[in-house]
Formats: sequence, C-alpha cells, structure tokens
Amino acid sequence: MSSSAASQGRVSALGLLLNNRLATAGLVVLVTILLLALIAPLLPLLDPNATSPANRLLPPLSDGHLLGTDALGRDLLSRLLHGARVSIAVGVSATLIAAFFGSLIGLLSGYARGWADSLMMRGIDMLMAFPYILLALAIVAVLGPGLINALYAIALINIPFFARNIRGVTLGLARREFIDAARLSGKSRAAILFTEILPNVLPIIVITMSTTIGWMILETAGLSFLGLGAQPPQADLGSMLGDGRSVLFNAPHVAIIPGVLIFLLVMSINLLGDGIRDVLDPRLKSGALARPMARTAVERESVPEKPATAKDAVLSLSGLRTAFGLGQRQIEAISGIDLHIGRQECLGLVGESGSGKSITAMSIMGLVPTPPGRIVGGSIYFQGEDLLEANDRRIRELRGGPVSHVFQDPLTTLHPLFTVGDQLVEAIRAHQPLRRPQAEKKAEELLELVRIPNPRRRLQAYPHELSGGMRQRVCIAMALANDAELIIADEPTTALDVTVQAQILMLMNKLRHEKETSILFITHDFGVISALSDRVAVMYAGQIVESGPTKEVLESPAHPYTRKLIDCVPVLGQGDRQLDAIEGGPPATGERPPGCAFAPRCAFARDACKRGEIALQPLDAEREVRCLFPLDVKREALVHA
Amino acid sequence: MAAYILKRLLALVPVLLGLTLIVFLIMAAIPGDPATAILGSYATPENVERLNQQLGLNRPLPEQYLLWLGNLLEGDFGRSYSLNRPVLDEVLERFSATLILAGSALILASIFGLLAGIVSAVRQFGWTDRIVTFFVLIGLSTPSFFLGLLLILVFAVNLGLLPASGMYAIYGGGDLPDLLRHLLLPAVTLAVVATGVIARLTRTAMLEVLRQDYIRTARAKGLSERRVVYLHAAKAALVAVVPVIGIQAGFVLGGAVYIETVFQWPGIGAMLVKAISTRDILLVQGGVLVVAASYVLFNLAADVAQSSLDPRLRR
Ligand code: SF4
Repeated sequence: MSSSAASQGRVSALGLLLNNRLATAGLVVLVTILLLALIAPLLPLLDPNATSPANRLLPPLSDGHLLGTDALGRDLLSRLLHGARVSIAVGVSATLIAAFFGSLIGLLSGYARGWADSLMMRGIDMLMAFPYILLALAIVAVLGPGLINALYAIALINIPFFARNIRGVTLGLARREFIDAARLSGKSRAAILFTEILPNVLPIIVITMSTTIGWMILETAGLSFLGLGAQPPQADLGSMLGDGRSVLFNAPHVAIIPGVLIFLLVMSINLLGDGIRDVLDPRLKSGALARPMARTAVERESVPEKPATAKDAVLSLSGLRTAFGLGQRQIEAISGIDLHIGRQECLGLVGESGSGKSITAMSIMGLVPTPPGRIVGGSIYFQGEDLLEANDRRIRELRGGPVSHVFQDPLTTLHPLFTVGDQLVEAIRAHQPLRRPQAEKKAEELLELVRIPNPRRRLQAYPHELSGGMRQRVCIAMALANDAELIIADEPTTALDVTVQAQILMLMNKLRHEKETSILFITHDFGVISALSDRVAVMYAGQIVESGPTKEVLESPAHPYTRKLIDCVPVLGQGDRQLDAIEGGPPATGERPPGCAFAPRCAFARDACKRGEIALQPLDAEREVRCLFPLDVKREALVHA
Repeated sequence: MAAYILKRLLALVPVLLGLTLIVFLIMAAIPGDPATAILGSYATPENVERLNQQLGLNRPLPEQYLLWLGNLLEGDFGRSYSLNRPVLDEVLERFSATLILAGSALILASIFGLLAGIVSAVRQFGWTDRIVTFFVLIGLSTPSFFLGLLLILVFAVNLGLLPASGMYAIYGGGDLPDLLRHLLLPAVTLAVVATGVIARLTRTAMLEVLRQDYIRTARAKGLSERRVVYLHAAKAALVAVVPVIGIQAGFVLGGAVYIETVFQWPGIGAMLVKAISTRDILLVQGGVLVVAASYVLFNLAADVAQSSLDPRLRR
C-alpha cells in the first residue's frame, strides 16, 4: 500500500511541477540544452578547435558557420556546444562533490551532536565568514589555474550550504519517535543514520542542489572567464566569453553567444529549482503568503433591509455571514449571526475556539484578513450607520475612534519596534488634531487611568520590557484614547495569568462605567463573562445557539452546550483546561452536520435533531435558544430518571 | 548600545583568528616548496634559504602559524615578488578602490532592492509585482561579467555615454564627477544580483509581517494604509532584511573580482586575478585576508544596524 501511495505521490509531484508554467518552461529549455550538449559529438559539427585564419570573426549566419567564428576562425556553434558540455559537466560534478561532502558533514554533525557537532559547525562558520568567491580564488591560487582545480574550489566553497541545511533537518529528525524506535530495536547508529535519517533528508539535499547548481555553473564560468579555469585549447562557456571580451568592440557576437547560453542555462535551472522547491516544500511556496488587505472584502448577493434593532442599538448585526475561500472551496465560518448591543451594555460572546466568535468580532470593523476571508451576507450597523456600505475613509475614522479594539495577546498585538508611548501617541493623533507634546501628555494620563505606575517613564518602554498585565493595560489605554463608544475585546485576558486576569477585568468593568462605553466581550470562559457582561450570546459552529441576560443564562441554561460550558468553569478564569472536559470537539468549519451542529456531542440528541435547520426560537422576551428540546429542570429530571 | 557594540567587537576576535587560520591552512597546502612558490621560479637558492629562515618554513605548522600571525599583527604581510613592494601597501591602496565600487553597489542594491520588494509585496500578484519578479529572475540568472560586457557595448560603445574602463580619465580627470561617471556602469553591474536577492527577501518579509497581529492593531487604530505599510510593516521587514544586506556585502565584495576585471577598475579583485596568474602567493594571501576581514566588519555593521532597529536584540 505504501509503495502505491509513494508512486502516486511521485506522479502528483511531477504533475504539480508541470502545473507551474515557469518551471515547465525552465524544464524544456534545460532539457534542450542538455540534449544538444550531450549529442554534440554526434552532430555534423566542425572541429571546435580547428583554426582558420582566413575565416576570422565571421558574423552569425555566415556560410558554413551558423553562429559565425571567433578570433582564430574557429566555428562558434561547435565551440558553443562543446563548451556547454564542459560547463555542465563541471557544474554537475562540483554540485555532486559539494552535496556529498556537505551532506555527510551535516548528517554526522546533526546526528552526533555534542562537541563533534560544534567543532564541525565552527569550521563551517569559518568558511562562511569568507566572501563566497574569494575562498575559491585562494584555493585556485594555491592549486594553480585549471579547470579541475576550479571545480574543486567551487565544490569546496559550496560545502557549507549543504552542511548547514542538512544538519538542521537531521537535528530535527534525530529527536523524532521513529528514530528512538529504531534505536530500541537494536539498529546500529550507522544503520539508523543511513536507513532511517538519510531517506528523510534526501528532499532537502535535492532542494539544496537545485538552488546551488546554478550558482556553481555561474561561478566556474566566472573563474574560466577570468582565465583561472579552463585553459586553452580546452574551452568552456566562461572561457569563450573571456575570449570574446578581447574582440568585444569589433565582433560582439563572439562574447554575446556564450553569454546568452550561460544565462539560459542558469535561468532554466533557477526556474526549475523554484518549481521543485514549491513541490517538495510547499510551505515556502511564494503564493502561499497572501497579503491581507486593509479591510475585509464585502461580497453580498443582496443588501438586506435595515433591521429594527439597528435604530437604538450601538451595534447591530443581522444575518452576518463571513466565509473563507480555501482554493476553490468556500467555507462559511459564521452563518447568520444576529446580535445587538445597547448603550453602555456589555455583551459577552462565548464559545470554544473555532466557534466563530472572533471572526464575528473581527468582521465588524473589517479586520478579517482578505484574502482569504470575506463577508458574504447580512448587515452590520453601528449607531444606525451601515458599516458594510461605508467607504474606507469612514471605516478608518471609526476604527480606533468610536469603535476600538483590545486583542488577545498584547505581546504580539503591540508593535515590537516602537515604544509604548509612540504607539499611544500615534493612536491619539490619528483621531485628534493634537501636537506631539499634547498627545504625549494625554498618553501619560491614559496610562495613569489604567493604573500603570510611573506612567511618564513607561512611555519610553518597549512592549517586551513590560509584563503581560502591563502590556494589556497599555492596550486598554489605547482603546480608550479617543473616547470609544464601543470596545471590541477579543479574549483580552486569555493570555494572562489568573490574578492578572481578575485585575484587568475589574479595571475594564470600572472604566466601562466611568466612560459609559459599550463592550463586545469575546471569551471562551463563562467565568470571565459573569464578572463583566450584562447579556451573553453563546456561539457554536458559526451560529448563535443561545442568548439572554447573563444571570438567567448562568442560572438556567437552555441549550445543552451552554450547560456544558458552564459546568466546565468551577473557578473564575480557569476555564481553559476545563473546557476540554466536553468530550469531542466542535465540527470542523464547513463540515457542519445537517440539523443541529451540536448533535454529535449532545446527550439529549434525538433523530429529529439531525433533520433540517433548527431556528433560533424565543424562550421569553429576552432569551433565545437554538434547540428543539431546550433544557429545563423538569426534563433533565426525566432524562436522568 | 555602546556596550552591545563593544561585546560584538570582542566577539570578532575569534572570527578573525579563524579567518587567518583558514588562509594559513590553504596556503600551507601549496604543492612543492613554499619558499620557491612565494619568491617565484627565478629565486636564488640564497633567497629561498633566507625566506625559509624568516618564515620558519622548516618548523612544524603550529609554530609557523604563530610566527606568521605575529608578523601579520605587526603589519608585515610580506613582500610581493612581482611588484617588489610590501604586500600591505599594495593591498590597502587597491582596497580603497574596491571599497568605493562595492560600497556604492551595496547602497544601490539596498535602496532598489528594498523599494522593489516593498512595492511588489504591496501590489502582490499585480503588474508591478510581476514585473519586479521577472526582473529579479533575470538579474539572478545573468552572469555579472556578461552583463558588464553588455553594458559596455550599449553605453560605452554604441551610445558613447559613459567610459568603459578605469576609475579616472587618464587625461584631465580625477575629480568627483569624473569618478562618478566611471563608477556608474561597474557599480550598477555589481549591484544587480544583490538587488535581486534583497528584493526577493524584502517581498517575503513584507508579506510575512503584513500578517502579524500588530499590523491588525495598526489598522484597528484607524491609521492610514500608507502608514501601516510604509512605517509599521516596512520597519519590521527591514529588521529581517538588514542581515541579508550584510551577507550580500560578501557577494558584492566577491563579485567585484569579475567586475573589476571587466571594467579594469584598479581594485583588489583585479589585483587578485593578476596575482594568481603571476603566482604571487603572498599578494593573494594579503588580498584575501583584507577583503575577508572587511566582510566580517560589514556583517558587524549589519548586526549593529539590526539591533538599533530592534530593541529586543540589544542585550
Ligand atoms: S437540538 Fe437536539 S441535538 Fe441539538 S442541542 Fe438540542 S437536544 Fe441536543
């Protein structure tokens, strides 16, 4: 089975390679040059070394000399193909030598570790401390000019690249379980190295070869060009170029022809190498990293009517759907979210990771990265204003102004290269026409507001110089900088330890009442919710499954999932580990089963649950639940009986 | 910062010692009698004997190395037999010309590489991106010595705009504009490959950085996209690119060997090529040592620049 899988893998790898148009072009050019060079002795060519003073420097397309002749009247076409043979042979040999010794050093060094490893790596570092080609020159100087010596020199200076790459991979592999298993089964160290590790390292060796072979051909050609490689009458492409240089002014073709061939050779190898790398190591694929745009794309099929809640609510989402394009597939991360937040209200949005709660929060101000994300349906109103129809400038005005954010991990959300003060001042000046000293003053006040001792000095600090709690206080200060009316807080306490969590929550609660802001508070932790929010909405698999006043939901949850979430949280702020107590996990995005998404994990699931969509139904004036059989005390007693 | 620089300077000592050791070992591998190799094939037996004494060539290798190192530290790099002058004088004179060429190439490469990389990341998959990617590919595949010849053909021979060789005009030159005119073609040629590498890396670094959380924060603050990209993202990308610029210094210094030969620039690279063909071993040794040491300093400068950009590295 494994062999068929492997051969299939190979076929698809080749297929992938051919899919890449540039790599294919490279392959075609390379194969053509290789073939021509290979069969050059069989072709009806003139003797590459036969001089003919009468026919000096004939231009291309002359009679009998397709590419013309050089200064000694030798046929350029014949010399070109023979020269290419030499250049390619030398480049390939140098690559093989460098790959062999370099990989060997890398394997041994990575596998041996300890002093042998550091000794070898210091040696490699020393070699790499030289400018690349200079070392080759020194070696040629000692051995004397000549093609074989140039080959050795070029091979030697490329050994470090192989040694380093292979060592890195070997180090990683040597720690893996299958190596331990092999060791326990009594295999010798050498056997493990060559039967277990080497096959796994091979792709890296191939990748490194594909990146270096172009260089090696270039550099050997370079040495020959300088007269330090191929010596007459032997010629490679480099020495032909060198010959052409002396007649550059009156017969440029003598130099241009071999130069173009070197260029084609190296370029085709580079193209092919890039293609091979993309196939063997998809992580490096250039296209994999798409640049996120400034704002989430909005691609709604229809613009829904303004919902009734939009009028008095600070924030109102209705039917919001955000999707991610994965290749050809489009996966909906949230499907039809309805939410509203009143003035000075704090709404807690709760759910496990992957439930779509952060996507919901980030959709509001268009902070979901596009590509791959985009908003495909629904509407978002902020104080009656349609955000999905607003232009980019308006969104920029709102961001960090009336609507501000606090994110999860303050270490990654603050810019590491700017001081806290600079970042605060920047936030202030983006929305207020203040001069820098005034803004600095304001920044200092903000830090004081969030209880950071010694605020003036702290302004000079870089984020990494502060503790996690301090950093999050800075982020909160930043969110308050322009008197926000809505703060979107995405797991603001998750990255902090428990005591700090409690402090931050208290601070937020206090400031929210002082500043009269509304908050959308996203968390996976019901313990945190109870401390802060007035109402709560529970999300599961991209949908809201229950909402209502926090107290009521906590006391008598109606959805079985809510029940589980609450049961998981014995103590404030320790929800993280406990959440795993719900056996199973949420369905992968886009693989939501028909009917109730929670059914596979639900103790009360019946057949009816797995049949069609289940709507969010009102329980009473303030509560809603998406469950056919909402919990109540009576029924629970029934089931347990 | 001063303490950091001092620490880095101290860390240079073992690296420089390593350089000398490698150069020494390579030279020790000279086939045949080293004294004859150093003095050339016309040396008299007396001279050979004197040199053997002087360099301790009959003694064991470690002793030879220490003796040689001691001489180096006193500034005695030996005497070039082909030029009949002290190696160090010649090398330093040539090195200043190389520094002008390599330095300008590196500056050109940094400026254009960074610009091209940033623009190409910002316009990812757009036309600018494709054009930049295309030129990077061409640049990385063209042998610099061939490109040099082409540029000479076009700009010096056909258009007659710029001089094809040398550092100054033979008659009436010698001032700065004259130098710049002579510098332009070789510096551009030398910069092409490094520009390509830097552009490629800058593009990748920018794309990486633009996905970071702090960029989302910058956007959430309501900053203009220009500020987000060209200040917040570019500064972070620069931190990743600066060490690469340091490494490119090595390729530029090495590439100068070709370019100086093509443009007859009176630098150390052209000197080395000549010294190798005349088998002037001491001259090669001195040249290699000085260039390698300067590369180490370029890398140090890159390190210092990087840590001045990134406070997390200043420790
Ligand atoms: S609808 Fe059915 S399966 Fe879903 S939560 Fe309710 S009882 Fe469980």
